[in-house]
Amino acid sequence: MIRVQLPYHLQTLARVGREVELPVEAEPTIGSVLEALEAAYPMLRGTVRDQVSGRRRDFIRFFACGQDWSLEAYETPLPEAVVAGREPFRIVGAMAGG
Amino acid sequence: MSKVRVLVGTHKGAFILTSDGKRQKWDISGPHFAGWDVYHMHGSSVNPDRLYASQTSGWFGQIIQRSDDGGQTWGPVGNQFRYEGDPGMHLFYDGSQRPWEFKRIWRLEPSPTEPDTVYAGAEDAALFRSTDGGQTWTELPGLRDVKGHLWQPGAGGMCLHTILLDPANPERIFVAISAAGAFRSEDGGRSWLPINQGLYSGGELPDPSAEVGHCVHNITMHPSRPNVLFMQKHWDVLRSDDSGSSWHEVSGNLPSDFGFPIAVHAHEPETIYVVPIKSDSEHYPPEGKLRVYRSRTGGNDWEPLTKGLPQNDCYVNILRSAMAVDTLDQCGVYFGTTGGQVYASADSGDSWSAIASNLPAVLSVEVQTLP
Repeated sequence: MIRVQLPYHLQTLARVGREVELPVEAEPTIGSVLEALEAAYPMLRGTVRDQVSGRRRDFIRFFACGQDWSLEAYETPLPEAVVAGREPFRIVGAMAGG
Repeated sequence: MSKVRVLVGTHKGAFILTSDGKRQKWDISGPHFAGWDVYHMHGSSVNPDRLYASQTSGWFGQIIQRSDDGGQTWGPVGNQFRYEGDPGMHLFYDGSQRPWEFKRIWRLEPSPTEPDTVYAGAEDAALFRSTDGGQTWTELPGLRDVKGHLWQPGAGGMCLHTILLDPANPERIFVAISAAGAFRSEDGGRSWLPINQGLYSGGELPDPSAEVGHCVHNITMHPSRPNVLFMQKHWDVLRSDDSGSSWHEVSGNLPSDFGFPIAVHAHEPETIYVVPIKSDSEHYPPEGKLRVYRSRTGGNDWEPLTKGLPQNDCYVNILRSAMAVDTLDQCGVYFGTTGGQVYASADSGDSWSAIASNLPAVLSVEVQTLP
C-alpha cells in the first residue's frame, strides 16, 4: 500500500483525512499513484492534474522522502521507502496568498 | 407562506440565506466549500431543490457541485470541460495570440424546462451544456466560429459570464463574453450571431463597426418580454428592443455609466436597476455613496435609491453576477458587495437593509422564490 498525503482542500473534497492508503502494482510510479488516487476518489479528477492535458497543476507539488518530485516524469518509479509504506507520497498545494 | 432562498457565492465559499415572504429575518447557512471561490450558484426553476455551484480554485481547478435538497447536502458531479476539436488561438492583452485554455466556470444556468439540462459559461470563453444533471459536459463550439480569434480577455479574464435562455423559445440563447461582446443563437446553440450593433467602445475599440471585442459586463431580460434586453457595458447602459440586433444607450442621468450588474423588476418589465461605479480605474461607488439607481422607464430617467445604504466612506464594488430579484408580489431586490455585505430590499428598492454583513467578497447572488 502506498500512503498518500493530501492538502486540506482535497481532504474536504474527498471527505477523507490527511492520509489515504492506495493499492498500487509492484513497481509504483508517480503516474500510477495518481491513477490509483483518481480511481479511488473520482471527485479528485482534475484537481491534481488537468483532465485534458494530464499536466500537473501549476500550484501542486509532489514530495517524497524529503525531496521534490514535481518535475519528474509520471513514469518515474517511487523511492523504495514510499513503496514499502515507510514514507508517504505527499501532494502539496503551493503556499501562496489569497 | 412563500419563502425566499438567496444563493451567495463568495471568494471563500458559498452561503445560503433563507427567509419567509416577509423578508425581515434571515438565516445564514455556510460556508459551503469553505476556502474555495464559488463563482456562481443557481437553482433549477423546474426543480427548485436542485442547485448547482461552481467551486473553483487557482490551486485545484474546477469542481461542479450539485444539491438535490435545496443546499443541505452537496456532491460533486462532472468537471471535465473539454473544448471541441482544436479551439485555436485568441487575442491576448498585448495583441499576441494565445491558445484557448480552460480555467473556470463563471456561470451556471439551468434550463427553465428540462430538469437535467444545465448550461455553463467558461473562461476561456465557451458555452457548455449538460443534459444529465451536470455529470457530463459538451461544448457548443459554434460560438467560437464568430471570430473567436479576435476575442480577448477583459481584466477578469476571457469569460463567458452571462447566459440568458428564452423561456418562450428553447432554441434561443443569449450569451455575453468579456471582452468579446454579446451573441445570440436561434438554433439551440449550434450557430451564433454577434449582437453588438450600436455598442460604442471608443476608448478600447476604435472601430465603431467592430462585430466583436466589446467588453459587455452583463445583460438581462424580463421573462415575459424576451425581445427586450438591457445591458451594462464596461461603460454605458444600453437597451435593445429587437433581441439584440441593435442597441441604443439609455445611461441618461446616471452619475457614472460604468458598472457591472443590471437587473429587471420581476413584475415591471420597464423597471431596471444598476449600481454605478466611479470608473474602471476606481472600482467603487462615486463619492463613496452606495446607490442603486432605478429607472421605471426602461432607461434614461434614473432615480437614486439610498435608504438603508451607506452614504459615506463606502468603497466596495458590486460584481456582474451579484444582483438578482425575487418574484414575490412586492418585488425583492438583492445585491452583494466585495466588502462581504448582502443588501436586500423587500419594496422594489425603496429601502434596503444588510441581510449579511461580514461575508467574504461576494462574487454572485441568485434568488429563488419558493412556495
